[in-house]
Amino acid sequence: MAEARPVPDRAAWRLAALAALALLCVAAFMSIGLRGNLLFVLELRAMRLASLIEVAVAVALATVLFQTVTANRILTPSIMGLDSLYLLCQTVLVFVFGGFGFANLDARLKFGGEIALMVGFSLALFMPMLRSRIDVMLLLLTGVVLGLLFRSLSSLLARMIDPNDFALLQGASFADFNTVRADLVAAGGVVIGVGALLAWRYRHVLDVMGLAPDTAVGLGVSWSRAAAAALLLVASLVAVSTALVGPIYLFGLLVVAIAERIVDTRRHAVLLPAAILVAVVTLVGGQTVFQHVVKGQSALSVVIEFAGGLLFLLMLLNGRRP
Amino acid sequence: MIEIERVSLQLQGAQILHDISLTLPKGGVTALVGPNGAGKSSLLSLIARLSPLQTGSIRIDGMPVDATPGSVLARRIAILRQDNAVASRLRVAELVGFGRFPHSRGRLDAKERALVAEAIARFDLTDLADRYLDTLSGGQRQRALVAMAYCQGTDYLMLDEPLNNLDMRYGRELMGTLRRLADGDGRSILIVLHDINHAAAYADRIVAMRCGRVVAVGTAAEIIDADLLERVFGFRMRVESIGGRRVVLHHR
Repeated sequence: MAEARPVPDRAAWRLAALAALALLCVAAFMSIGLRGNLLFVLELRAMRLASLIEVAVAVALATVLFQTVTANRILTPSIMGLDSLYLLCQTVLVFVFGGFGFANLDARLKFGGEIALMVGFSLALFMPMLRSRIDVMLLLLTGVVLGLLFRSLSSLLARMIDPNDFALLQGASFADFNTVRADLVAAGGVVIGVGALLAWRYRHVLDVMGLAPDTAVGLGVSWSRAAAAALLLVASLVAVSTALVGPIYLFGLLVVAIAERIVDTRRHAVLLPAAILVAVVTLVGGQTVFQHVVKGQSALSVVIEFAGGLLFLLMLLNGRRP
Repeated sequence: MIEIERVSLQLQGAQILHDISLTLPKGGVTALVGPNGAGKSSLLSLIARLSPLQTGSIRIDGMPVDATPGSVLARRIAILRQDNAVASRLRVAELVGFGRFPHSRGRLDAKERALVAEAIARFDLTDLADRYLDTLSGGQRQRALVAMAYCQGTDYLMLDEPLNNLDMRYGRELMGTLRRLADGDGRSILIVLHDINHAAAYADRIVAMRCGRVVAVGTAAEIIDADLLERVFGFRMRVESIGGRRVVLHHR
């Protein structure tokens, strides 16, 4: 908060460098290996770029907010069980409609339904917290247990479906950054844009929330209401990003830890843009490398989750900040 | 003025506070004393709306604490709790700056920054201003937290055992600072104290509590009495008069 100090200046420089790097990645993504019908290729790439940036923004914001509310830096929002709910949802759809029916579902309807289901689930989970002061940790544990339940239900259903359908389902249960969902990009963009604006508007309140619940109340922040609102925003962001590309587990942890290392502060005015920029660099830059250097030999999501997992272990072993 | 009317508190079946009614006039230093488990911190939490009120009412300058918006109260009362697990990756100056949040909503202009600098200087933190909290000793961190509560600039300042972790010099300095805040700036200080001698030396008013009830309210001369203290703390201690001041010899 003390903005008169030289330290935030250093953070500002690092932020600017990150922004330049992100722009570089975007430029590379758009321009490397252009061939054929330029207009068509550029339009296609712009669409994919938009969806990648949307996912980057959603995951980065969701993870920062989630870590602030839970006062825990090795958590990611996937602990709330939203991804298991998404998986269950896919399994039920395949189970009911079969592989062919699943592939031919109206994408927009499915997208809207999934988001509504996930946000509704989070509302049901957080509503009690609005009314009385329930411990956030208890809430998270409830999320973990329900997530387990959803997961077991999906594996039960998965045993009963046709092997071909199962292969299809398997594809749907990993994040896929290659498929373009042009029809969903606009709808997702609205939700994520509003979420980003809200987070930015309340960045100072988020700083206060990061202190501790009692301290925040003492400084005039209504903790239970603010925490519930923040968690609801997290749920909406995770829901949109999951519906766009599929479940992501450790990507958020990875980018927020890297961003915090770079700017060396938890102040949201700096950390939020930093985390978003790191996420954009990782996703857009990574996708460019995978398309043109590795030539699609492997999946970016797998590599990111692998790196995130390694980092998670490191953070656990260190027992403190990375 | 803080008006507490018929306040009781139950936590998981245990009765913490029994039907407390108490009026504390504005101004001066009020000390809450009593043995462990007397309900001092619970009462302070209720007054500062950190815990929800179950029965009864508490009004600060006529504002009911359970119905007044938290942001309004934050400009009237500041509270420092006993156990403060504050995020450690913060600099001292940043932490103290958070005290201005109720007024600035996070935007620190020159005037606000001057107030932060004044608080840092007043609590002898100038040399530590750029240090991270997790590099400080317990006493230094405690001083930074008190500076943040002070920086909130409220009429009422409530501190739960602020002498924790402070050495004799800083303990004495803190009590002296609080005394000056009450005398010079007209602030009302409400403070939970363990050391009865600190209460006797600095407080205008002492509220003695035991088992969730208020046993006695009065000036140091009225409260520092061997019989009364035995009723509050449950053992006999010697009370002497040294240079006209009452001193309790409770050590042995």
